[in-house]
Amino acid sequence: MRFDFALVASKLPAIFHALGVTVLVWIIGLAGAIVLGFLVAVARRFGPRWLNWTLGGYVELFRGTPFLIQLFLLYFGGPYAGLSLDAIPAGLLALSVYGAAYFSEIFRTGFEAVPKGHVEAAECVGLNRSQIVRRVLLPEMTMLVLPSAVNMAVVLLKETAVLSVITVPELTLTISAIGTEFYAFVESLFLLALFYWGLVEICGWLGRASETRLARFKFAAA
Amino acid sequence: MTPVIVGLLLEAALYTVAISLVSIVIGFFIGLGVSAARLSPSPWLAIPARFFVSFFRGVPLLVQLLLIYNVLPAIGVNVPSVVAAIVGLSLCTAAYQAENLRGGFASVPRGLLEAADMVGLKPSQQLLRIRAPIAFRLTLPTLVSEAIMILKASSLVSVVGVVELTRMAQNLDTSLYKPIPLYAAAGLLYFLINRAIAFVGAAAERKMAWGRA
Repeated sequence: MRFDFALVASKLPAIFHALGVTVLVWIIGLAGAIVLGFLVAVARRFGPRWLNWTLGGYVELFRGTPFLIQLFLLYFGGPYAGLSLDAIPAGLLALSVYGAAYFSEIFRTGFEAVPKGHVEAAECVGLNRSQIVRRVLLPEMTMLVLPSAVNMAVVLLKETAVLSVITVPELTLTISAIGTEFYAFVESLFLLALFYWGLVEICGWLGRASETRLARFKFAAA
Repeated sequence: MTPVIVGLLLEAALYTVAISLVSIVIGFFIGLGVSAARLSPSPWLAIPARFFVSFFRGVPLLVQLLLIYNVLPAIGVNVPSVVAAIVGLSLCTAAYQAENLRGGFASVPRGLLEAADMVGLKPSQQLLRIRAPIAFRLTLPTLVSEAIMILKASSLVSVVGVVELTRMAQNLDTSLYKPIPLYAAAGLLYFLINRAIAFVGAAAERKMAWGRA
């Protein structure tokens, strides 16, 4: 096994561009997943029963099937259903819808873990539903769901590598292409692994730091 | 969707189940070893084990698979791609299972071990009769969700050329141009297999619930 990192170093500008694509796709996909997941969780909790069931079906289906299959269905099947997307928008949409299924469950358990008494107290002092969500459920829930949300953010970061399969020009696609070009698979793939490992470590570190910061929202369990 | 196509997809689904099952079992035993190493007082065991867990949980499975698929031939090990796929899946799930098992072993109540000491059980007996069964029971729910994760993750081995369910759907699509029914059918099969795993897991949990406080 030969190691030629000088070779890979000559390609650094392209690699950093790809790193930017990975991070951007991740951040936008993550934001989409969180917003959509939150809407799904709220609709399931406060909406009519049929909506709860329909959304429950969506959550089960998207959590029970591989991301790759969902991606293929959207990217290759989409044009047959009148939805032609380029690789990056398709990747962002797939990442958001997939992540939202998980985030909605995270938020749902978060809602349920907020003590009933807090919501009842809020109702007693005359807050309406949206105020209860914004002022009581959301802040208390944030603390409760933070560890699993950070976990899910890491899962989505790793899932961006799968987008290389539909030619999103992110790290995995770019670095494997460099490996093919120079016939230097092993060193380029090791470099690739190091990039992700570093990103995941940074993400975990940020998660722990924000847990410390948000500790003031923590309440004693009833 | 002719019967022939359905038959091909079902056959590929069985292959997916076989690859996942073998990887989960191998991964369980590697995970057992890694969790023991992590809990060991010797840093020569604990630190490499920590690196193993951190690496295989921190790098996307797709990258791990590409790495193993390319590294094995580079160090002179020529194996079929399905073997590389199973090695990749096993190592990845081993890292997750090691963490779960570590948590399980850490949650065995101390009082039980003290009681075992009192009645004169040797450390090896304590491990086999008390710590391992309780840790296994505690980690069974996470083992079931890990099995579901691996079944879904096994779709990625299609990228290194293993013709399992995802790759079969892809291959059929290149000749039939019917992506929606093919990928929907493949997705449905994954979903049904996952339901079956969850069902078996729930039954096993009920069966093992004896004597739970």
